[in-house]
Amino acid sequence: MNDAIRDSLDHCVKCTICETFCPVSQATPLFPGPKYAGPQAERYRGAGPSPDSSVDYCSGCGICTQVCPQDVKIAEINSRARAKLWERRGIPIRNQLIARPTVIGRMGAPVAPLANWALHNRAVRSVVQSVIGIHRDAPMPSFAGKTFQSRARLHRGPTSDAPAVVYFHGCGTNYYEPRVGEMVVAVLEHNGFRVIIPPQDCCGLPLQSNGNFRTARTYVRRLAGNLAPHARAGLPIVANSTSCGLMLKREAHEILGVDDADLEVVSGAMFDLCEFLLRLHEQGKLRTDFRSLPLTVPYHAPCQQRGHGIGKPALDLLALVPDLHMIELDVDCCGIAGTYGLKKEKYEISMAVGERLFTDIAATGSDLAACDSETCRWQIAHGAGVTAVHPIELLYRAYGLDGMLQPGPVTAGRQPTTVGA
Amino acid sequence: MSYDTLVVGAGLAGLTAALRLAERGQRVLVAARGVGATHLAPATVDVLGYLGDARVDSPARSLAALLASAPDHPYRHVPAERMTTALEWFAERAGTLGYSGNLDANMLLPTAVGVPKPSALAPQTMTGGDLRDGGRFAFVGFKGFKDFHPALIADNLGRARLPAPITARAIELEPPASRIGDLSGRVLAGRFDHGELTDWLGGALMDRIDADERIGVPAVLGLRKAVETWRDLESRLGRKVFEVATLPPSVPGIRLYEAMAAALRDGGVRIVHGVRVSGAHANNRRIETVDVVNATGSVSYPVQAVVLASGGFASGGLELDSFGTTRETVFDLPVIGVQSTDRVRFAPRYFDAQPLAGAGVATDDLLRPIDTAGDPVYANLYAAGAIIGGAVPWREKSGTGISIVTGYAAAEAILTPTTLAATEAVR
Repeated sequence: MNDAIRDSLDHCVKCTICETFCPVSQATPLFPGPKYAGPQAERYRGAGPSPDSSVDYCSGCGICTQVCPQDVKIAEINSRARAKLWERRGIPIRNQLIARPTVIGRMGAPVAPLANWALHNRAVRSVVQSVIGIHRDAPMPSFAGKTFQSRARLHRGPTSDAPAVVYFHGCGTNYYEPRVGEMVVAVLEHNGFRVIIPPQDCCGLPLQSNGNFRTARTYVRRLAGNLAPHARAGLPIVANSTSCGLMLKREAHEILGVDDADLEVVSGAMFDLCEFLLRLHEQGKLRTDFRSLPLTVPYHAPCQQRGHGIGKPALDLLALVPDLHMIELDVDCCGIAGTYGLKKEKYEISMAVGERLFTDIAATGSDLAACDSETCRWQIAHGAGVTAVHPIELLYRAYGLDGMLQPGPVTAGRQPTTVGA
Repeated sequence: MSYDTLVVGAGLAGLTAALRLAERGQRVLVAARGVGATHLAPATVDVLGYLGDARVDSPARSLAALLASAPDHPYRHVPAERMTTALEWFAERAGTLGYSGNLDANMLLPTAVGVPKPSALAPQTMTGGDLRDGGRFAFVGFKGFKDFHPALIADNLGRARLPAPITARAIELEPPASRIGDLSGRVLAGRFDHGELTDWLGGALMDRIDADERIGVPAVLGLRKAVETWRDLESRLGRKVFEVATLPPSVPGIRLYEAMAAALRDGGVRIVHGVRVSGAHANNRRIETVDVVNATGSVSYPVQAVVLASGGFASGGLELDSFGTTRETVFDLPVIGVQSTDRVRFAPRYFDAQPLAGAGVATDDLLRPIDTAGDPVYANLYAAGAIIGGAVPWREKSGTGISIVTGYAAAEAILTPTTLAATEAVR
């Protein structure tokens, strides 16, 4: 394991800045705060059991690490402590299940109408809550039926002499929001790229945050193995999921301690989608043939997006669209934190954390909000009662690409066989 | 993204420089390892509180004496008129927090340990605690709220050297229980914002205070609604109510940070926390790009100017290694105020004058860090706040003053056309 993480606790000067930012400890007495659960309690965690189990209530949003002026890896320390805790206790079936979006996706997608009925049926959800422990009111997406991967297979992209970019779409896009994937591909192709969509599985992030490090490592190694040949060929990889992108950029190495050549080369090639598009713009390569989009839209940069340390490229991009007015919200976390807010004992906390964001969105009077991360969009839609979209959807509409799609939403990239073609 | 100016550090100096630049139309990026000392400091503006052991009544009248005894002091590079402009500008930008005061006279505001602290400016929720005119004071504590003991405050103030006599007494109250167990300042502030505590506090004090008393409460009256709560309490009680700064975290400091962060957001400034500025690429002594290490890797930002507001030893702007070498951590600039390694670097007692306390970069009058020959290291690199050497802020009580004044002055130096002429002259 990477001891730089644990050793960083010696830098803690107990300034309490992390405690003032922690959204969870302000919402519940069950989590005493990142400093207490992290650098302080960590001193007492040796080979034996953790001195207490409150660290399980850390949502893993990572704000503490971002604001720490002394470079203490607070969230990372807590993430590992949580894994150790569950390693001793045994991970409950619920956490094993919600940590495997590909398994759920493969089960749900073929029977989407039935699965969606069940996911949104109150009686079913009440049973699920008492039997498995997923809160009956927690936001759940709908299965798309046909996955993004299978839609992408039908898509004919541009000719092979176009510059290539690799698309890591993640599970949310594949099983629940294939339209987002189609829009990503359409925008990239509009800008002259050939989009390569390698076969891909879960990055392991939900397993990591649910304490199953061993399986998480297996997943992320497999994914890195699929992406690595493209990275070695010098191609950039873009991700529209900020949390899964961050997993490949940094967390798999820092938190899981995965140290292999495939991951390293993939980390070096990873870009957040908006980060990538903004770079294009800086190089004068982004098409700016935007139509007017007379909308006022609040934008929430999710906690995991902030973890990239890239600023807010979505806002810089959308500023290029005529008549589109984005309102920058300043709330650190929506509360959902991946799978945290799904759990019956944490749902109320997650909604309390999100309260300020929901209020701020409501105050804008808009019925549309933008946010880069899928689980955060589902939480925002649930908590604020608005439609929440990925920023790419606004760009896509501003490019006028939505007209080209109708009626059949069949747009997606090519298969990995085109590499080097 | 390309920016006009990149500011290193998100403490008060960096935020000040960024805001001033943004409101004059610059695109600004603030890149910081984390949040600065705003969350720890009491949010008063302390320009100059002590000369040696002597308390300063008027910063304006004591500046000459300060510069005589501390020739490298950052205030040397900022004319008094500009200091005044900077402080007036700051008070205006702090908006509803309602800062008042000026360089002519220091207020004396009680601290959480009952020491009268000299401050040039303070937010309106605190100025009622000014001890200069004497009178009767009651200090209120909340049972369970750590490190804030009204009896200690009252007792120490009773023995303090003050221009007019005061009496002070303590009132201890027990706040209603809440589901959040830990009574930190941040938690109490949240409860005041949610309206859980104002009625209780007003009611509990009503029968316990005397007609001519001023009421000091811990500075936890809220984050978003503190001013309303404070006004509400004053009108209910018919007395002057004032906040007393607490030990960290500082709720008034968080308010100040949030006010400035909101103004920066409105001004289109990006603040990025959790990143490291690792160096710069220069051509002909002019920085062209700055390297920022984030999750993507090392990213080069093209810039026109850079403000170094990375703080001193406590914030990691300066580093002392075990061999006794002191270095500036971002651009490896020359550092002054460092004793040669064969000399004693630490005085025996903590509160003694410490030889290393004045370490930092030396600058020219445009606040550009200079080399040993006295020339700017880079034509477009400016310094602000605690990274500038020659001052001992904790003894002088000058930290926030230096941050605001040099942050503002660095921005002005970047914005003022004469800078360009001076830059050319350097070449």
